[in-house]
Amino acid sequence: MKRGIRPLIVAACASLLAGAPALQAQPSAAEGIAQYRALLAEGNPAELWEAKGEALWKQPRGPKHASLEACDLGRGPGVVKGAFVQLPRWFADTGRVQDLESRLLTCMQTLQGFDAAQIAATPFGRGEQQTMESLVAYVSAASRGERFELPQARPEEREAYEIGKRLFFYRAGPYDFSCASCHGEEGRRIRLQDLPNLTKNPGDGIGFAAWPAYRVSSGELWGMQRRLNDCYRQQRFPYPGYASDATIALSVYMGVNSHGAASVAPSLKR
Amino acid sequence: MTRTIHRTAGLVIAGVLAACASGPDSAALDRRTEAVLQASFHDRGQAKVDRLRQDALQRACSSPEPPAADVAQRLQEAEAASIRWPQDGFIGDWREGEKLAQNGRGATWSDPPGATNGGNCYNCHQLARSEVSFGTIGPSLYQYGKLRGVTDPATPASAEIVRYTWGKLWDSKATNACSTMPRFGHQGLLSEAQLRDLMALLLDPRSPVNAN
Repeated sequence: MKRGIRPLIVAACASLLAGAPALQAQPSAAEGIAQYRALLAEGNPAELWEAKGEALWKQPRGPKHASLEACDLGRGPGVVKGAFVQLPRWFADTGRVQDLESRLLTCMQTLQGFDAAQIAATPFGRGEQQTMESLVAYVSAASRGERFELPQARPEEREAYEIGKRLFFYRAGPYDFSCASCHGEEGRRIRLQDLPNLTKNPGDGIGFAAWPAYRVSSGELWGMQRRLNDCYRQQRFPYPGYASDATIALSVYMGVNSHGAASVAPSLKR
Repeated sequence: MTRTIHRTAGLVIAGVLAACASGPDSAALDRRTEAVLQASFHDRGQAKVDRLRQDALQRACSSPEPPAADVAQRLQEAEAASIRWPQDGFIGDWREGEKLAQNGRGATWSDPPGATNGGNCYNCHQLARSEVSFGTIGPSLYQYGKLRGVTDPATPASAEIVRYTWGKLWDSKATNACSTMPRFGHQGLLSEAQLRDLMALLLDPRSPVNAN
């Protein structure tokens, strides 16, 4: 019974959320809050992105009118389950260590004919970046509960870890901040926000193992790329390119440190 | 004798292991990291790529281990020498200081260029007891002046702690080379007037930091 009605609710909520930034038929504040509460009671709204992502994965799209079902996320073409907890990893066809989002860019370009550079330059939450949000929700959800086990057998993967570690501790900018300024010790917080220590495994579903996530404060689904982007903004650094090597190396560092942590992504965040 | 040989051999092995651990290519990895940084970041708003260029202090404090004591000492001395002391007294208005302490804005690529920066204090420190949303990256500063016996910051008895506090706000690294705290004066983040207001928040007996 519940299973039967759930997709309908999910679809209704999806259209509700999609319309949220530019409300045509604006509900009253009380109605909005009631709808929002109903939404949260139903579960993590990230489910909406998961469902949309699965549809987008299977749907023929782009100039080549192809689906992503032949995309190799590291465990063979078309294998989605278990792929997320082994990313970032090295890929033979590109000769690069890639995280989920840079790998999806590769597949969208090679299989579907999209321009990866153009998608990378698109602001978060717009155009094909919206597609990316849904895809990362779908792919990460397929590994929910599995434990991180990033491969480090290749020299390129070990080098990415070492570079990521150096970037993590790299202090610069007008505030002298590095990632370690906030995430280098146990039990710290900014205002009331707890800060995980990312130099080690912070535990199941914490830190690296909590993203992608639905953010209640903004009603958006953020992948790890957007999470890192906003960290760097608050570090007062210049702008990190989407799927740039620095962001991928940082993910390798955090992901390898999180070895054995269970993924809860896509999670629910403040 | 045998013990000495064993110890020497042990040291040699330890040395070899250390070389392996840090890798013969540690310098090469540093260069790769530099190249990755340059290729990955670009200008946005006021946050330009020149912000990636480190000064000597940032460079020395960019590894998991702190620099050697003598290096840290030299860095601190250089920072201390650069502190600019105020022209118009040390103590401003604690009310303005509290507003600044609450304000975490400034210097990001999404902040309008030329806008006044906030002090970011509550992000990391407890200050007034009434503000329960405070961070814990830095120590609690609740009753900062009171605990240090400051009853009137204008008196000679308070001069030492007043100067110490100005130095800490102007350049936290003058007393702690790799402090997490930004160098608010040194980096031009806050004006002298703003720093005086923060001084008042910390040291004025009437400020909510000290009054209750």
